[in-house]
Amino acid sequence: MTDIASPTVRISARPESAKRDIGIKRRYAAERRFRAYGMAAISTGLFFLALLLWTVVSNGYTAFQQTTITLPIEFTEKVIDPKGERATDGKVLQTANYPLLVRDALVKQLGIDASKRPQVKQATDMVSASSRTLLRDMVVADPSIIGKTVPVTLLAEANIDSANKGQIDLRVEESKRKVKDQQVTWMNQLAEAGVLKKSFNTGIFTFGASSRPEAAGVGVAALGSFYMMLIVLVLSLPIGVAASIYLEEFAPKNRLTDLIEVNINNLAAVPSIVYGLLGLAVFINFAGMPRSAAVVGGFVLTLMTLPTIIIATRAALKAVPPSIRSAALGLGASKMQTIFHHVLPLAMPGILTGTIIGLAHALGETAPLLLIGMVAFVVDYPGSPMEPSTALPVQIYMWANEAERAFVERTSGAIIILLIFLVVMNLGAILLRRRFERRW
Amino acid sequence: MSTSLLLLLIVVIGFIAYFSGRSRSLALAGGKLSNLHSLPGYHGSYVAIWAMLPAALVLGTWLIAAPIYIDSSTRAALPDTVQSQGAASLQLALGQVKSVAGGLLRLSGEEVAALESGAANLRSTLAAKGVALAGEGEPYMIAAAQHFNTMTVTNRWLMSAVVLLIAVVGGIYAIRNVAARFRARNQVERVILGSLIVASSIAILTTVGIVTSMLSEAGRFFTMVSPFEFFFGTVWDPRFAAAGSGGASGQFGLIPLLAGTLYIAFVAMLFAVPIGLFAAIYMAEYASPRLRSTAKPLLEVLAGIPTIVYGFFALVTVGPFLRDISAQLNGLVTGNYQNFIQAQSVVTAGIVMGIMLIPFVSSLSDDIITQVPRALRDGSLGLGATRSETVKKVILPAALPGIVGALLLTASRAVGETMIVVLAAGVAARMQINPFEPMTTVTVKIVNQLTGDLEFTSPQTLVAFALGITLFVITLGLNIYALYIVRKYREQYE
Repeated sequence: MTDIASPTVRISARPESAKRDIGIKRRYAAERRFRAYGMAAISTGLFFLALLLWTVVSNGYTAFQQTTITLPIEFTEKVIDPKGERATDGKVLQTANYPLLVRDALVKQLGIDASKRPQVKQATDMVSASSRTLLRDMVVADPSIIGKTVPVTLLAEANIDSANKGQIDLRVEESKRKVKDQQVTWMNQLAEAGVLKKSFNTGIFTFGASSRPEAAGVGVAALGSFYMMLIVLVLSLPIGVAASIYLEEFAPKNRLTDLIEVNINNLAAVPSIVYGLLGLAVFINFAGMPRSAAVVGGFVLTLMTLPTIIIATRAALKAVPPSIRSAALGLGASKMQTIFHHVLPLAMPGILTGTIIGLAHALGETAPLLLIGMVAFVVDYPGSPMEPSTALPVQIYMWANEAERAFVERTSGAIIILLIFLVVMNLGAILLRRRFERRW
Repeated sequence: MSTSLLLLLIVVIGFIAYFSGRSRSLALAGGKLSNLHSLPGYHGSYVAIWAMLPAALVLGTWLIAAPIYIDSSTRAALPDTVQSQGAASLQLALGQVKSVAGGLLRLSGEEVAALESGAANLRSTLAAKGVALAGEGEPYMIAAAQHFNTMTVTNRWLMSAVVLLIAVVGGIYAIRNVAARFRARNQVERVILGSLIVASSIAILTTVGIVTSMLSEAGRFFTMVSPFEFFFGTVWDPRFAAAGSGGASGQFGLIPLLAGTLYIAFVAMLFAVPIGLFAAIYMAEYASPRLRSTAKPLLEVLAGIPTIVYGFFALVTVGPFLRDISAQLNGLVTGNYQNFIQAQSVVTAGIVMGIMLIPFVSSLSDDIITQVPRALRDGSLGLGATRSETVKKVILPAALPGIVGALLLTASRAVGETMIVVLAAGVAARMQINPFEPMTTVTVKIVNQLTGDLEFTSPQTLVAFALGITLFVITLGLNIYALYIVRKYREQYE
């Protein structure tokens, strides 16, 4: 009795102010600090996410606009076909001096004395050198155009484009920048005349690789990526689902299946560059497939995506409750029928979500593609997956290595396009999950 | 007959087989479906499988085997003088014969006759048809090329005939088997099960492929450069592969690359682990469901961004920022506005890689922290501990093995990361401890050695496979150990 009573007595005997110090203040301060660390960590993460996206968007949104110069081009026969041989010699139209047409039109528009060579050169430098192919294709497609004057919209040269977008600091000394004062004056003059204007840049979606920023686009690379994604989808979805069904539903539990299980988990964590080495050694070196072809890229990315899909599919199959299986088996379905008619359809949303996420991952993968030779300068659209092609992330890598200011803009523009694809795919996956996910 | 046409024909035969098998079983059922053991569809599938599968298998083997046989036969048809020149020049001659063979198909009969009699020059005649020859072209090549062409044509016809015959015979055999009590479903299911097994063995085959391909190529490398020099060499200077020289003059020391890899991974972990871990703790223990449901997916967006984008971020934002700020700092302290951090450096690559790793650390640790049983938490809180004390004294010790596993998985990702270091770490292979200077990694060197024109005989190229197998072994070790720890930890609380 006294044992219990005595401490109470002791405590109450103390004066109110001298309460035993259990460090509550200190502990609460520590608590607040700890919380603050957590908040700070999350904010840091989100800050970097915002910074990353802001870098890309602020550098890249201007890539979707392009300065163009619309000039009335006079397709004079004297320049294109001085000897009148185009009916007999097909090469005449291919090799004609088309830049001269542009020069004449520009000189006329600006009212420059055509005999002043340096001035004329400065003026023609304002128009992209890709005009040559543009005019050539126009004439080859329709030779009757010769002799007529047609207004043609030409791309402005990359530096003029940057100057027009206000990205070049014109206060810098003239000799230290790529746009000369005279060109700026002309640029403003053309802009006032409505000849030079900014418009939506369709080229970035349709063009192929080019050493000139204004004529470079991701069209060809996107087609290469599309081929690869198609191959990955067609191969990895059936193989992945089949493998998971076997492992989850049929495989006996023994050493071998255990090994396969560990193996698949490991494959999911193997660095992607190792898959590139595998593709190089097996598909290109051993099987003799063509380098730089989308088909090899597709195979490599398939092997890389398979573990992801298998893991997602097995999780989805596991989530289907056993009652469904028992009911089907009880009604006389065979095991195969149970799985293919009942379990698989119910697991499908989960499987598709995993597949889309795997595909999105494969779409952004660069390293293995570098090794199988997809770092190629591809100008033309590949007609089939067997032809040399490149991929969207590889195109970004190649542009990131270019020094010019205009390529930074293009790179960011291409990244925006890639990210939009990824966002769409991931949103699709999320919607799919929301729409079809069931909880038992 | 082209291969795709042949495939199409097989599919058509398969369709016909399906419908005939189906209708035959329906006829046998006599209007009462329950007379059949299997549904008519299964009978149809059974017949279709017999029609298509053997034919497709034969076609596949034929397509692989025939070119090998034709090559060896053409090689044997080459004159003895060529045969005695060694394997490399024989291969070259064979390649030329094949391009001649391709060219001959485009020529008219008279032109071929002119070539055979030696009246026309082989190279110029073919060049006019758009076939470029590597060499001058020898007279014997025409005969060999014609031999090649006839063999190719016969081979095509023979293949088409045999494959179609097998398809038809298979279909007929299967139709004869169809009977009311025939267990077609079981047969079909056996085939399906077989294909499921084949599909799941692809995962194993990938690993086998990785290991064997890298081991064999790395083995070729080690015949030229001793493993000791590779694994313990401290100088990385592969030089360029001079054409034809074999070029074994470079030095292939792994140590500087490995040092750079581990250093950059270490800096990245130093950056990612505290942030990721605190974020995970906050999310698991403090955050309201609303904050959690927005912050967690947002952080995971970082994991979904392709690494090339991080590389670009390092290249245009982080690198220049660190360079400029170091110049400013240096200027404020010493008055000399000279940057002491290079734009491409260990810290640049480390920080950017760290940003990429934050979501890996946080979501893996979050899973593990939330797995700690509720009772431990409640017990600690009930004894009067604050939340942070509970985390530090109870939850973290309980979750420690799992977190270590998660960190090892993250580290393996850091070691194998490529695009960030390619763009942000630099290419200079050297050993130093200043984190503000560029260093290079194993992955960067794999990319460097394998982009551009390659010949697969020089150590400069093959070293990439030796690097690859090193990387594979390191990450495999980390992964297996991590998975083992995580698994063991999970069992502890289940």
